[in-house]
Amino acid sequence: MLAKPDQANQPKLLVDGLAKSYGPAVALKPTHLAVEPGEFLTLLGPSGSGKTTLLQMVSGLVAPTQGRLFIDGRDETQTPVHKRDIGLVFQHYALFPHLTVAENIGFPLKMRGLSSADIQKQVAGALEMVQLGHLAGRFPRELSGGQQQRVALARCFVYKPAIILMDEPLGALDKKLREHMQFEIKDLHRKTGATIIYVTHDQEEALALSDRICLMNHARVEQIGPPHEIYARPRTAFAADFIGISNIFRGRVECGADGATHLATASGRLRIDGDNLANDAEMALVVRPEHIELGSAGENEVRGNVAEIVYAGSETRLLVEVAADERVTVRVLPGKPLPKLGENITLSWKPEAAVLVTP
Amino acid sequence: MTTTAVSHAVSPAPRRFRFGPLWLAAPGLAFLAVFFLVPVARLMGLSLEDADTGALTMAHYARIFDTDVYFRVLLITFRIAALTTLFSLLFGYPLAYWLARLPEHRRGTMILLVMVPFWTSYLVKSFAWVIVLGRTGVINQIGMGTGLLSEPLELLHNEFGVMVGMVHAMTPLAVLTMLPVMTGIDRRLTQASGTLGATPAKGFWLVYFPLSLPGAAAAGLLTFISSLGFFIVPALLGGRQQTMLAQLIIVQVQEILNWAFAGALAALMLTTALVTCWLYDRVFGLSSLSGEPSDGKSGRKGVLRGLGLAVLDALAGVSSAVSTGANRVLGQAVSTRMLAFYCALMFAFLMLPTLVVLPIGFTSSQFLEFPPPGYGLDWFRTYFTSDLWVAATIRSFGVAFATAIVATAIGGFAALALARSNSRWRGLIFALFLAPMIVPRIVIAVGLFYLFAQMGLVATDVGLVIGHTVLALPFAFVAIAAVLKSYDWRLDQAAATLGANRVQALRFVTVPLIKSGLTAAFLFAFITSFDELTVAIFVSGGVKTTLPKQMWDDMILQLNPTLAAVSVVVFIVVTTLLLAAERLRRSSQA
Ligand SMILES: Nc1ncnc2c1ncn2[C@@H]1O[C@H](COP(=O)(O)OP(=O)(O)O)[C@@H](O)[C@H]1O
Ligand SMILES: [Mg+2]
Repeated sequence: MLAKPDQANQPKLLVDGLAKSYGPAVALKPTHLAVEPGEFLTLLGPSGSGKTTLLQMVSGLVAPTQGRLFIDGRDETQTPVHKRDIGLVFQHYALFPHLTVAENIGFPLKMRGLSSADIQKQVAGALEMVQLGHLAGRFPRELSGGQQQRVALARCFVYKPAIILMDEPLGALDKKLREHMQFEIKDLHRKTGATIIYVTHDQEEALALSDRICLMNHARVEQIGPPHEIYARPRTAFAADFIGISNIFRGRVECGADGATHLATASGRLRIDGDNLANDAEMALVVRPEHIELGSAGENEVRGNVAEIVYAGSETRLLVEVAADERVTVRVLPGKPLPKLGENITLSWKPEAAVLVTP
Repeated sequence: MTTTAVSHAVSPAPRRFRFGPLWLAAPGLAFLAVFFLVPVARLMGLSLEDADTGALTMAHYARIFDTDVYFRVLLITFRIAALTTLFSLLFGYPLAYWLARLPEHRRGTMILLVMVPFWTSYLVKSFAWVIVLGRTGVINQIGMGTGLLSEPLELLHNEFGVMVGMVHAMTPLAVLTMLPVMTGIDRRLTQASGTLGATPAKGFWLVYFPLSLPGAAAAGLLTFISSLGFFIVPALLGGRQQTMLAQLIIVQVQEILNWAFAGALAALMLTTALVTCWLYDRVFGLSSLSGEPSDGKSGRKGVLRGLGLAVLDALAGVSSAVSTGANRVLGQAVSTRMLAFYCALMFAFLMLPTLVVLPIGFTSSQFLEFPPPGYGLDWFRTYFTSDLWVAATIRSFGVAFATAIVATAIGGFAALALARSNSRWRGLIFALFLAPMIVPRIVIAVGLFYLFAQMGLVATDVGLVIGHTVLALPFAFVAIAAVLKSYDWRLDQAAATLGANRVQALRFVTVPLIKSGLTAAFLFAFITSFDELTVAIFVSGGVKTTLPKQMWDDMILQLNPTLAAVSVVVFIVVTTLLLAAERLRRSSQA
């Protein structure tokens, strides 16, 4: 059973084995998750990985097949949506087309029975916060996409829900506006100290915004941690591949008699560190492009021909064919000498820069 | 803060009973069960019972086929219904074709020229034809006046009169039924056939026509079923030889009180209607009734399909040759205008007879002359000072208002339920709410009469409202379901997350957003009740008549200019409401 969390550092949200199936199709396997007060947690994963399902179960719009959910320590699994103190920002905003901007923002306050004077004051404050005071009387269809997004945010922040959920809120915006809105959301989070669960399939967005990222795949949580940790210490090949650019060498573990362990890959035998690795186990070694150096400099080396040179502004990327159909990406900073196309070169990295993951 | 994943045993979520959305349809289902299914079924039951002993018997059916008179009525009914269907389709198809090809906003306007005659009371329309076709009617007056005719033509009280009235009454229904399928046909398909080398005529017969067939067939189905149950037109425009089944049923119930025999006749009519529906479903699938693309059933029939294609091929060849010839003789410009010209004629046919009634309401003459010798408000004065007429008018407004409220509420909840549900019962419930449109009104009316007689609801306003609600429900239901089709349910979810409970979400979000659909439903239900006669004939007994019932009684007894004055009022009320409803319906779709 669940040990009663102690009052002082009680999580804002505790997801205890929530799961959802639609008939035989599993949308989310039993999932455990704790979100701290004031935290910005991002659910990141490819389409269909169960992010929306998890979010909707937290909001109460979808009933779980099993599991429980606690907000501030209270079991809210059975609480109907409208009594659950949460806010949800929809992907396409879901602004009420028959209400003005001010009336949209005032809606949750009206539902909570506030006096119209209070509503007016708080709506004005919320409009101020998203810099839309001059558009209070407009209807949603008279606003641009970015403005509609801000109204949706204001409508959610105005009643200070215990948890704010956002399901790909920037998905409908173009890239420039999206980056701008990311700042605004981050800023709102700082100003209000709200607890936010944010859904996206865009890894850059997740890295930029989150205190922690909850990486999801195949209807389950793959890994949870702060962005830098997930980037630097992925636990699975999927995590390494989904976030940032990774070079992944797959192979079998060979435990040598001398205690040294190697991974036999298509690109050669690579030295790995690791305790109690089973001989012959399938593993993968992840090395980020920025950690690979040109030339021989350590124990781990691979050789290959330069197959492609890609100029990317702040850096140049080399694609080096180290085995049949296996290419390694290498970053070369500006000013460093570049090899020629087709040249056979040696690549190396420091052992501590490589991460051993399950394939 | 690094307690990321809490791992322990999964506790099951206790199941909570949830009211599924389908429950919202419960009032409507109960209502239809009691006041539609039960009475119709009971009537069918009566037809199989011996009136005295209650034993099972086929005697009543045997009597229909044994007695020459009844059998002849049966044949005449089928003949008139079939001919009406044929002509309505022939006349209506080009009109629908023309409308379908208009740009959307113009179609919206032109379609009103079909909608107005569609919703105009059958009584007013038939009355108009009496004035136009009568011995001293408009046509004979003009013919004699211009010397074209040496003696008046007999245009009334024969099959010609009935057919004119029936085709006039049914063509709007046919056009409005086939139009959605035709507007759904991708225009690029005929363009594509042009680029592939087909002449326009060939493109039409080989591409457009087969695609429009489900719509035309749906129109045929509804026209045929509606025609089967007609009695106003044959009673007013036909002679003894044109007595139809529904008239026979009315006589059996009202004059002879032979419920069992009336039940047998009704069962025959209902069976024919249902068999027609079944046949249609087999060939086209009932879904094409609502304008959705056919589910491909028509594509499977090997032999039939081959035969059909061969016929179309031949038609395409012939009409291609004819139109090429016509183009050569008349010139391209003239032959493209032919269709528009034809449609203008059809609009005149549909609208003019009713418009003839309007001036007659203002006649100063004692007779139904056209053109009126002088004008005055005498007949309106007669109308508005007659207690009988005024009481009937007030009752009609009251009953229509109550009907509209009840039908909109029941139909609205049902539409809401079906829009949100994905239960496997959905299709069946949907069909049930539309069924009062398919089952001939006379069958429903007689069934209700029998039920009401037992419940003591005959000659009560409550009885009238119930009966009219059964008939109006499909219209209200369809109007609301149409708006809900494009409704964004995430708005309700948003309202819920913002703290609105179900009732608040309905009140502050859903209802305001589908308001136009609700108002349209209200208006359509109002109109349906306001000029409803069939139920009123049985249920509004004695002095408690409705406006259509009073008109009917007067028309049977003696035509007089007061009827014209009443017709003017009915026409104006119905047309105004219709235009309002159409406007709302359209603004909601924009
Ligand atoms: N209402 C539903 N009925 C059936 N399957 C669903 C339903 N909603 C979601 N799913 C399935 O559940 C899985 C997870 O969906 P979702 O949570 O929407 O993924 P994400 O938001 O990560 O893209 C998908 O495979 C999806 O097809
Ligand atoms: Mg999603």
